[in-house]
Amino acid sequence: MVRGLLWILAAILLGGIVHLSTVLAMPQAAKQDAYSRLAPLTPVNAMVPLAPTKAGVEIMPFMDPAFATAVCRYDLTTGPLKLIAPVSQAYTSVTFYTRRSVAYYAINDRAAGRRTIELDLMTAAQHAEVPEDEEVTAADRLIIESPTTMGLIVLRALAPEPGLMPMARGALAAAKCGIQSQQ
Amino acid sequence: MRLLFGSCFTLLIAAAVGLGATWFTLTRGVAFGALTIGAWKAWPKSGSADIDPYARAMIARTGELPTGMGDGVAFYARTDDVGNAFDGRCTFSISGLTPTARYWTVTLYTPEGRLVANTVDRHGFTSEEIVRDNDGRFTITVAPLARPGNWLPTGGIEQFVLVWRLYDTPIGVAIRTTKEGPMPAIERKGC
Repeated sequence: MVRGLLWILAAILLGGIVHLSTVLAMPQAAKQDAYSRLAPLTPVNAMVPLAPTKAGVEIMPFMDPAFATAVCRYDLTTGPLKLIAPVSQAYTSVTFYTRRSVAYYAINDRAAGRRTIELDLMTAAQHAEVPEDEEVTAADRLIIESPTTMGLIVLRALAPEPGLMPMARGALAAAKCGIQSQQ
Repeated sequence: MRLLFGSCFTLLIAAAVGLGATWFTLTRGVAFGALTIGAWKAWPKSGSADIDPYARAMIARTGELPTGMGDGVAFYARTDDVGNAFDGRCTFSISGLTPTARYWTVTLYTPEGRLVANTVDRHGFTSEEIVRDNDGRFTITVAPLARPGNWLPTGGIEQFVLVWRLYDTPIGVAIRTTKEGPMPAIERKGC
């Protein structure tokens, strides 16, 4: 009897370990995560507008149809990335995601405080290589550290009413992202 | 012999318990640190690097990109204020005021996060296009058939989810109490 209970206790403990490890492994194992869905639609290190969010043709679940969206799928292996995004009349935001869809940084047009959002994206190692004096002279330069080499930059512009969607899409069309040329 | 039988039994139970618990938590949407206002629930931390492992696993499985914390916060509702599940064949009214935000949008989805096709091409409202009365309040009627005013069509689907997104807001970042963040009331009007 006691032995039977011990076996059951062992089973439950082991079950807990199986549960926790499968939850932790899920992001690595997922085949249909946002990055995998966007990979066939977007080139690397270039800003590409996504097709409008309409019923039946959604790229990802729970997308806000009031927004025009553009994606830069980045790979920082060859160097830091520069992002330039003009803000639209209504509301513009930039969100940075890791390869595993973790939103590690987001900024909106008002927080950026200018007519254009300008950011440098680099890995921690690349940030350490930036000469200190350069960082001082470019004090207003916003540097974001990416925790992963690969990831997604998602640019969103609001169309406050459906008729303003072309305006929002137009604002995104001028956005650029690319590897910085060596100076 | 007994040892062999015992260990096989243990491993089987362990696999069943472990995988069952994972499946259950990921499909039912168990996530920690929810900010609840009425029927509305938000997980502000899911939009930051502090996201918990359950939310990470769920997002990887569904393929969505969470709203970033510096961008806004998304509130999800699956029932009305007294707990009636959203049924697209019934009529629900959403009324009142919203917390401080520069803009907001409300969108109707299937439980899987897809938009519902309808003849008027209407999937939600933004704070700019909604029709309000004189004191700034609004009423949205969520119903399968056309209604006057702010009509949000359900397409007659069995279950739906409403997502209220507040953009450029202190909610979820600085404010975590119901008093300072009123969310619209949801009431079932009939089936």
